[in-house]
Amino acid sequence: MYQYDTYDQAMVDARVAEFSDQVARRLAGTLGEEQFRPLRLKNGLYLQLHAYMLRVAIPYGTLNSAQMRMLGQIADRYDRGYGHFTTRQNIQYNWIRLEDAPAILTDLASVGMHAIQTSGNCIRNTTADHFAGAAADEVADPRPYAELLRQWSTFHPEFDYLPRKFKVAIIGSETDRAAMRLHDIGIRVVRNTAGEEGLKIYVGGGMGRTPMIAPVIRDWLPAQQMVSYLEACLRVYNRHGRRDNKYKARIKILVHELGADEYRRQVEEEFAHILTLGLEPPPAELARIKAQFADPPFDPAAIEAIDLSDPDFALWVDQNVHPHKAPGHAIVTISLKPAGGIPGDASADQIRLIADLARDYSHDELRVTHAQNVVLPHVRRADLPAIWQQLDAAGLATANLDLIGDIIACPGLDYCSLANARSIPLAQKISARFADVERQRDLGELKLKISGCINACGHHHAGHIGVLGVDRKGVENYQLLLGGSEGADTSLGTIVGPGFSEDGLVDAIERATEFYRAQRQPGERFLDTYRRLGAAPFKEAIYA
Amino acid sequence: MPDTVIRLRDDAASTAPVVAFAELAAQGNATAVRLQPGDDARALLPLLDRLELVEVAFPGFNDGRGYSAARILREHGYTGELRAVGDVLIDQISHYVRVGFDAFAPDQPISRAAIDHALATWPEVYQRTVDGRQPIWALRHG
Amino acid sequence: MTAETITILTGNALLGGEVIWWTGQGWSRHIDEAAAVPDDGAAVIAAESAAGRVVGGYAIAATRDGAGIRPQHIKERVRALGPTVRLDLSLRPHDPAAAAWIA
Repeated sequence: MYQYDTYDQAMVDARVAEFSDQVARRLAGTLGEEQFRPLRLKNGLYLQLHAYMLRVAIPYGTLNSAQMRMLGQIADRYDRGYGHFTTRQNIQYNWIRLEDAPAILTDLASVGMHAIQTSGNCIRNTTADHFAGAAADEVADPRPYAELLRQWSTFHPEFDYLPRKFKVAIIGSETDRAAMRLHDIGIRVVRNTAGEEGLKIYVGGGMGRTPMIAPVIRDWLPAQQMVSYLEACLRVYNRHGRRDNKYKARIKILVHELGADEYRRQVEEEFAHILTLGLEPPPAELARIKAQFADPPFDPAAIEAIDLSDPDFALWVDQNVHPHKAPGHAIVTISLKPAGGIPGDASADQIRLIADLARDYSHDELRVTHAQNVVLPHVRRADLPAIWQQLDAAGLATANLDLIGDIIACPGLDYCSLANARSIPLAQKISARFADVERQRDLGELKLKISGCINACGHHHAGHIGVLGVDRKGVENYQLLLGGSEGADTSLGTIVGPGFSEDGLVDAIERATEFYRAQRQPGERFLDTYRRLGAAPFKEAIYA
Repeated sequence: MPDTVIRLRDDAASTAPVVAFAELAAQGNATAVRLQPGDDARALLPLLDRLELVEVAFPGFNDGRGYSAARILREHGYTGELRAVGDVLIDQISHYVRVGFDAFAPDQPISRAAIDHALATWPEVYQRTVDGRQPIWALRHG
Repeated sequence: MTAETITILTGNALLGGEVIWWTGQGWSRHIDEAAAVPDDGAAVIAAESAAGRVVGGYAIAATRDGAGIRPQHIKERVRALGPTVRLDLSLRPHDPAAAAWIA
């Protein structure tokens, strides 16, 4: 994975110095809150329900064991002993003091980490396929492009006060594991018939109040023009995105109101001009970055066969372990969704254990997924038993990947000042109701996503089952959506009917899953049966 | 109207009356113009040779359209004074300079020392823009 | 004491971000020490913000009776005590009635 050179390190260090000075001025009273707020947001520091919340960037979801260990240390030293992995592959701490922020950022900088631009109206962390560099179906590893994008977007002077936040996702395979089309810009790395690497660019996706699936704006872009083209995309947005209404300020609204064709035309016009300016890093820069994403030295003698006589181990291998491109290897997903637990939370001890496993078994590499789990991308199958035993002892071996127990949930009203309803207790109740792992496996792939408000940080629009928490006259209420999907067949869920209480929703979900079981045809997932039958019969079963 | 203008240029400041962009068509020979956030900087391209001062208004510091306006003008060869006017704060100064501003008329006074300190924030830069600084990728590959 | 609806002021402490309640003289972490204010508290909040003693201050409705002060909206009750899913981290970690007080 990418290692900072002295330039990268100098940039992070300069940012720490800049923000430390801004914090000092704020605490001395020479910088007011109105001016300070966007500055602290651009260093990932929110004011939330209980304290400041710090969102640390995990660029394209990739980190090493030393970085993971530091995340655990921060949890212990500056927070309450745990962290929360997010739907944008970052980590959040909920109990931060403003006066500690400079020290935390200094500690992070010592391992090449930061909280740069994880909030604010600027370009945020670029997310990527969490199986990048490991999956067998990959056309090209998207992460070198994500790293190039990270550097280009960091402290970009023209795009630091955009109309609104800006989120990019990039994938390198046909299979979309990053919800790519539900981002402001989505990028897929592709190859043409001559074998050249290029990019397919989608602009104008997003969730929130007005969910939209991004249309294709550029079918083929030569890889060595990525920076210039993105400059054009962002400039058109910066100049013409709406600034009159916060809820209409994302680029998806601009693309929708102009129409994709007109937006594309404006981008191409700007792009033609920008190509004359020499803004593009040379191909040697992408090559330099790519060299750092070369395969680690996979064991050529790694064997496929392992002893599956322990039924719990066998079940976990079947559910949480994916095929790897290298023979005798595998991709392990560590579930942060224990039955009845808080989705995405990990204690400092668990974080340290995961760091050790990465160091010992995964070529010192980890991934964070947008489903709030952690991945060991490069393990030998022969090491799976040892890994599983250590995970199991730490409560990290729940065999529920992509099953109904693998719930995505935002922090909700327990933590977030934007929320209308709590999401975590609901997730815990659903998880407990469906705790039986055989029952979960019988239901099969079922992506359940819960958001505590319309901002959709829980990605509820993209859930096979989605839940939106609302405030109905001061009482928490929950809307049920069905039929969303984040993959290559991206679709947005639709609300089935009137909302439910927390307990009512758990029952409603159970009725929906029972209806699915009664109606499914061989090989159909919940989503497939829903798409075949449509909303009406599901609605009837849920509200019966 | 702010008292002080801080200029990072050596030449004499323009004394021409500043014409609002909206009035430009009616004022045939204006050499100083002020852009509001919604004004299209590209409309000034035919006039760049005769303009000696372009003011870009920032009624609110977090409306970032002026950054694009400035950079566009410099990209097309404008060499006159480019002045950020209004809610200009010290924490945005380094970005203002990177997109081509070389003068400031802030509502709240800013000292020259503070500006010099702000301009020293970034030892290097990641992007090539109009300020002439070599981006990190150029330093890496010579 | 019969229950009455009052207006109280809340915000977060600048330095540490913790939730605080206006007592009439200063700010307390404990909602039972909150003072009833006659209006939306704008003047108090402006002065206290300028002095750096509060961030993001605002007024809320609460019920006061013999048991203490309880905000009328669940969000403010969560702020007053702590996250319902981690009551061990709340202001009353060993209080079995904490969950019911929030909900």
